[in-house]
Amino acid sequence: MRRVGIGLLVALVLGAALLAATARTSATAGTSGAKAENITIWVGWSAAELKAFKGVVAEYDNKHADVTVKVVGGINDDKITAAIRSGKVPDVVSSFTSANVGSYCNSGAWIDLKPFLAKDKIDVNMFPKTSQYYTQYKGKRCALPLLADVYGFYYNKKMFKAAGLTSPPKTMSQLTAYAKKLTKKNSDGSIKVAGYNPFLGFYSGNAPDLTTYAPLFGAKYVDGSGKSVLSRDPAWSKILKWQKSLIDWYGYKNLQKFNAGAADEFSASHAFEIGKLAMMIDGEWRVAFIAREHPGLDYGTAPAPVDDAHPELYGAGYVNGTIIGIPKGVKHKDQAWALVKYLTTDSHALAIFSNGVRNVPTTKASLTSPDIKPDAHFKTFLKIFANPNSKTSPITAAGNAYGSLIQAFAVKWQAGHAGDLAKGLQKLDKQIDAQLKQAQAGGVP
Amino acid sequence: MTGLTVRAERSAPLDRTRARRKAAWRRRRLVLLLMTPWLIGFSVFFGYPLVMSVYLSFTHYDLLSSPKWIGTANYRYLFTQDPQVGAAVRNTLWIIAVMVPLQVVFACGVALMLARARRGVGLFRTIFYLPALAPPVAATLAFVYILNPATGPVNILLQHLGINGPLWFQSTSWSKPSLVLLGLWGVGNTMIIFLAAILDVPRHLYESAELDGAGPLQRLRWVTLPTISPVILFSVVIGVIAGLQYFTQAYVAANVASGQASQAGDQTVNNLGYPEDSTLFYPVLLYQHGFRYFNMGYASAMSVMLLVVAFTITLLIIRNSRRWVHYVGAAK
Repeated sequence: MRRVGIGLLVALVLGAALLAATARTSATAGTSGAKAENITIWVGWSAAELKAFKGVVAEYDNKHADVTVKVVGGINDDKITAAIRSGKVPDVVSSFTSANVGSYCNSGAWIDLKPFLAKDKIDVNMFPKTSQYYTQYKGKRCALPLLADVYGFYYNKKMFKAAGLTSPPKTMSQLTAYAKKLTKKNSDGSIKVAGYNPFLGFYSGNAPDLTTYAPLFGAKYVDGSGKSVLSRDPAWSKILKWQKSLIDWYGYKNLQKFNAGAADEFSASHAFEIGKLAMMIDGEWRVAFIAREHPGLDYGTAPAPVDDAHPELYGAGYVNGTIIGIPKGVKHKDQAWALVKYLTTDSHALAIFSNGVRNVPTTKASLTSPDIKPDAHFKTFLKIFANPNSKTSPITAAGNAYGSLIQAFAVKWQAGHAGDLAKGLQKLDKQIDAQLKQAQAGGVP
Repeated sequence: MTGLTVRAERSAPLDRTRARRKAAWRRRRLVLLLMTPWLIGFSVFFGYPLVMSVYLSFTHYDLLSSPKWIGTANYRYLFTQDPQVGAAVRNTLWIIAVMVPLQVVFACGVALMLARARRGVGLFRTIFYLPALAPPVAATLAFVYILNPATGPVNILLQHLGINGPLWFQSTSWSKPSLVLLGLWGVGNTMIIFLAAILDVPRHLYESAELDGAGPLQRLRWVTLPTISPVILFSVVIGVIAGLQYFTQAYVAANVASGQASQAGDQTVNNLGYPEDSTLFYPVLLYQHGFRYFNMGYASAMSVMLLVVAFTITLLIIRNSRRWVHYVGAAK
């Protein structure tokens, strides 16, 4: 009797708890969306970039009396995922991590935009191929591009002049020679000014998973059947050998110390901006940062140097971009779509936002829009973006998970801890294949 | 009449029993009622997630679509193919094997010194306890700054002394020891528990030991340590569990030391484990799979294994402790 009584009470308590949880879920689900005239957009931008975005949205607001758009900045993918799971979603979401488009499209978390595109007769060929690629997954188009990040080459003209160099390097061997010429060391052997710092993980241009270098060597990630080809495509060992030779020239520890002393890449004391770095690969946004923080800096931009054996690749670069879509469960689909359409396809909107944040606009028409403020440094990136050899990294169901495996190997390699390169890349291929299979279906090969 | 009296005599104990039962039930009801908030919290925030984690570990679950049953595939990948799990387990075992004993010894040592202090006791206790109040993220940021090999004050000082300082968080061999230093600095909570236990050791035991001719070291060995052994056990168990769940400091240190702290919104760049996976602890890898790569089924399998390991290690420590932990007043 006593046990039955206690059991009943415990069951009651658990029942109450469950009820409370269910009630909470339905309560949150009930509040999803907003009133028809109020729609919310979540974006990753913050500070000055968020201000520029709000300016674009304000124009939209003025043109459309039927809606009021609320912009929420500083959003990352964790927040987007949590919102979709809770059912309390904003009307439009955008993410800096285009690698996650595989998850968003595959799961249906971001709704399919094809019906909207068809209804409004929008041809996706208005976006360059790379942007088309990173906004879909296996044919499911759940996102559109909202400005892109394009990686190019920055060089300090004053240092070039002092070293007797007249133009930026076009090949990797030229880059190596220039780097050695432009490097200055302290009396104790430490690096005072680095000509070019190839250390993986040092600033965005040296992405540790090698993404920024892959298009410069024409490196391919997978074969026709989707199998990893890092050991079979000689471009990867070329990248790693070239990079390691320059690391060894500087000394691994010397570079580590240099990196530790270099300021944060998004601070005004960025090594290139204060003259501690003569050349670098970086995103187009640096143009705006330099204009804001060090307007007197005498520098130039150009496409990044490429593999000596593939001069035809010169002009290409790594492309990545912000993606925008509509989460599932949204109540005001039409209003949300109208905003997405405006932000991603209207040349004027793209141009003024591009002017504000100095990111590359993502339609072919907007690349040549008269609204784009002329800037010689920035024009370089518009050309790189339009180059047919410019590439982004593969979109998979597991986001950039394969990148963490490439990174784990590459950072060991640059430290001299990876052993035999060919064997290491073969092992890496197997690991990536196994990981992709596990992430896609949960199975093991 | 006689029969009635007998019945009345018989029913009196019955009534008393009923009354006792009623009172006992009321007491139990009250206890249960008072426990209700905890029971609800436990069921909702612990029981339910635990059961769900076990279920999800047998599924492919990307957080966004419904879980898909895949049997033991996640466990097979975990044990046979995940190339990073080996490093993560090794790093986690390292931090447990090195940091936990050091924390216990350091906390106990500081507490012993504080227990002996005659003047400024309150001030010293506050000073040693204060670091425990610093939020882990802020403390880690400060340590990465202080131990910056190029611009940090520690290496600048070492340079003045003619010593070429290590690369600390930038080096595969120094990154974990740097985290241990951070752990020792913030050992205040353990230290306070030790201090309370040390101050609680009965005076008469010391007096008896002194009469028997025991010196300070012998008193420590034969009086203090056995008396505070339950606290040592507690610290070891808590320390091991904290070691198995070591995350915040490693996450922050890797991101900041690699120079990527400001890219909070961009999850394409991945510097967890920097440098060279030397700070890739098991929970960091778990987080990476679950929240960066949307592979929550696999992350759940990892968390179930973590729970099993934590439970087993705790059980082993507690079983082993019977040989060295003494409870005052407990029967042998």
